[in-house]
Amino acid sequence: MSSQYDIQVVQAEEDPTFRPDLVMGGSTYKSIDDDVAGVAEGFLEKPSLVWYAMFGLSVSVLGMLGAVVAYLLYTGVGIWGNQSPVFWGWPIVNFVFWVGIAHAGTLISAILFLLKQDWRTGINRFAEAMTIFAVCCAGLFPAIHVGRVWFVYFLFPIPNQMDLWPQFRSPLLWDVFAVSTYATVSLLFWYMGLIPDLATFRDRSRTKLRKFLYGAFSMGWTGSSRHWHRYEKAYLILAGLATPLVLSVHTVVSFDFAVSQLPGWHTTIFPPYFVAGAIFSGFAMVLTLIIPVRSIFKLEHIVTLRHIDVMTKIILATGSMVGYAYALEFFIAWYSGNPYEQFAFTNRAFGPYAWAYWIMVSCNVISPQLFWFKKIRHNIAAIWVITIFVNIGMWFERFVITITSLSRDFLPGSWGYFSPTLFDALTLLGSFGLFFTLFLLFIRFLPIIAMAEIKMILHKQNTTKEHQGGHH
Amino acid sequence: MDNQPETLSLLAEYETAEELLAAAERVRDGGYKKWDTHSPFPVHGIDDAMGIKPTILPWIVLMAAAAGTVTALGLQWFTNAYDYPFKVSGKPLFAWVPAFPVTFELTVLFAGITTLLGMLALNRLPRLHNPLFDVPRFDRATQDRFFLSLDATDPLYNESSAKALLAGSGAHAIEEVPDLGADHKLPTWMWQTAVVGVFVTFVPLGLIVKARFNITDKPAVHILTDMDYQASYRYGEHVPLFADGRAMRPQVDGTVARGDLQADDAMHLGIDDQGLPLATLPMEVTPELMARGQERYDIFCTPCHGELGLGDGMVARRAAANRGEAGMAGQWIAPTNITDSVIAGQADGELYSVIKNGIRTMPAYGDQIPAADRWAIVLYMRALQRAATSTMADVPADQRGALNQ
Repeated sequence: MSSQYDIQVVQAEEDPTFRPDLVMGGSTYKSIDDDVAGVAEGFLEKPSLVWYAMFGLSVSVLGMLGAVVAYLLYTGVGIWGNQSPVFWGWPIVNFVFWVGIAHAGTLISAILFLLKQDWRTGINRFAEAMTIFAVCCAGLFPAIHVGRVWFVYFLFPIPNQMDLWPQFRSPLLWDVFAVSTYATVSLLFWYMGLIPDLATFRDRSRTKLRKFLYGAFSMGWTGSSRHWHRYEKAYLILAGLATPLVLSVHTVVSFDFAVSQLPGWHTTIFPPYFVAGAIFSGFAMVLTLIIPVRSIFKLEHIVTLRHIDVMTKIILATGSMVGYAYALEFFIAWYSGNPYEQFAFTNRAFGPYAWAYWIMVSCNVISPQLFWFKKIRHNIAAIWVITIFVNIGMWFERFVITITSLSRDFLPGSWGYFSPTLFDALTLLGSFGLFFTLFLLFIRFLPIIAMAEIKMILHKQNTTKEHQGGHH
Repeated sequence: MDNQPETLSLLAEYETAEELLAAAERVRDGGYKKWDTHSPFPVHGIDDAMGIKPTILPWIVLMAAAAGTVTALGLQWFTNAYDYPFKVSGKPLFAWVPAFPVTFELTVLFAGITTLLGMLALNRLPRLHNPLFDVPRFDRATQDRFFLSLDATDPLYNESSAKALLAGSGAHAIEEVPDLGADHKLPTWMWQTAVVGVFVTFVPLGLIVKARFNITDKPAVHILTDMDYQASYRYGEHVPLFADGRAMRPQVDGTVARGDLQADDAMHLGIDDQGLPLATLPMEVTPELMARGQERYDIFCTPCHGELGLGDGMVARRAAANRGEAGMAGQWIAPTNITDSVIAGQADGELYSVIKNGIRTMPAYGDQIPAADRWAIVLYMRALQRAATSTMADVPADQRGALNQ
């Protein structure tokens, strides 16, 4: 497969209008179904030991998360390291980290759809699923961070016994609306994309239960052209709606920080800088996940090296934007002449959290620069390692922003040093258990690649080739 | 023919999208109205080939988006500016800029939900059974084959000519779709469970509604009591935290708490330099002070002294009504009539002292009424005393007619 790609890459170098195929290996409509649906159906014939081992591990970690959260609810937020002056601590760091990851999915499905980037079809289903699971993990943290979780309904404008309403002029409330809207619309988008593929699953099912369940969720889809007409229009509308939504979510998350008065937070660069960072981390997570999956389930001809090549370039671009934002923050701190702002940034880079700052810079700014080299972009193992560094770096970015600003604000008398506890670490680890449990269930039961869309691309690719053949 | 089920439609199978497009054009040109094509992915050009009109879905979504905008703006204005106005940092109660994020999100939310539901509704989905599913061949419509179905209810439909048309369009197979309708009803137990399930979900909601709209003298149910009963130390409790073990911390020696410095004897004690009660108020008398005094008097004094100061407040009247009952006789000292000439003859400073410190059975109100308000009440008492001794001669000539009525 890679040899076919290599030949086409050489061809692309000679003819700049030529692009390597998006569906490789002489695929047909039937072979696409067999390969993609085969991932889920394969479990009926030959249970995958790798899957069971990973699922067992993920569920155990998820169970541990359940135990930690139960202990938290019973005891209170004192089990975390949150302490004056750092009351936001790890829960908010983790929240922003997961919400950031959640950006790749809808970006790929919506923005790249509007820009007619055909390569999105290979990875969009996968990325959308990742988005929804990441939002689940993100939503967990603010909910348990409020302390008395049973009063979390105070966040919503529900008529209650105290006749009180939430404060709509607070960015924290905007966040509630932004994240819950994003979760809902991403879920709708994902589900709508799934309907034709669930119908394919239904029609391939051999047991009555599978036929019933896939049948119920595919809602009686028959592939009618009259239905496809409205479906395509609806998909276009949802893409149009989701595009500004993707950009708004991390903008609003950045308002949580930027609308406050704290040095290091109160800057206008935050919204674009957060959005670029979110896309950066989201694409890194997509690659971290899809590289092993495409190799384990033999999907290299559908998620081709070209897909991976394009994604590494996006990581390079957004990583450079993030690096630019880091540099610009320092420039503005100096240029503003504001001593508190200047202190905040000097303290970030050379203060007690310098270790975290330089981990962040090495992972986010330096490591993606390796993607300038074609050799690295073609080396799957190297890409995988770099994306993990990016994930680590982006977690540290949120740590640096949240913790350094809070721990040293205007009054030296109130300064402190934040130290996480064991429970902070276990909660973060547990959120990965939640994420991977959902993800493995997705692989097990649902079409992990948008089969109908791939068939459309395949049809387009074949038609174009016939035309080209006619010319020569 | 008795055992033969009726034919609902004809189904023709094609191998490629191009074959389907060509066939669709022929069926369209044949004048048929009730027919459809089925493909595993949207075939480009099929809309024209079939003559499908653009969907109205975008307009429905536009209306939903507008509804979202209006809902969001209405919600924010109603909750924060109208129903429970709450000033923060002198900011306006409602302004467009801070209202923007939530308005945007709800607009997208309403539009997004409507897009999916609207698409399904216009497509008449969900439809859990379709006669086409009875044709095993049709399973490939979502996989790798292309189908054209011609409905038998079409006015032009004629079995032999329709079959000839489809055969001539290059179909690889033509099948009749049988009507097996009766076999595909939802099992009885399934819909019965669903109906019962829906009713059961309404039970807790009904209980909440009942609780909200009924008055009970039983204490409220507290599922989680941590906000009501908190683990904090109370006045007079012993705590191990301090050497003296007192929960209520004493004031630091040589300090005065904020607002407790009462250096002005005239204002706070009602006495002059010689220690004698003040004859007049230690402040300027204004209509506002009189109004304040009336308001405070009505709150604190009327229960016993009555609105006119005659000592006939609600408490006094109830005590008088109960006086005949066993155990009450002889134990009740009625509130003073403050318009009495003895009271009226006392200095302002003396009345002030009574409000602050109490007298006989009247408790001290110093803890509840701040100094300035005590003086306002004294002023209003003077007005009541003056009113009690007034005659018609005190009323302005042009108002007397109204009083006589």
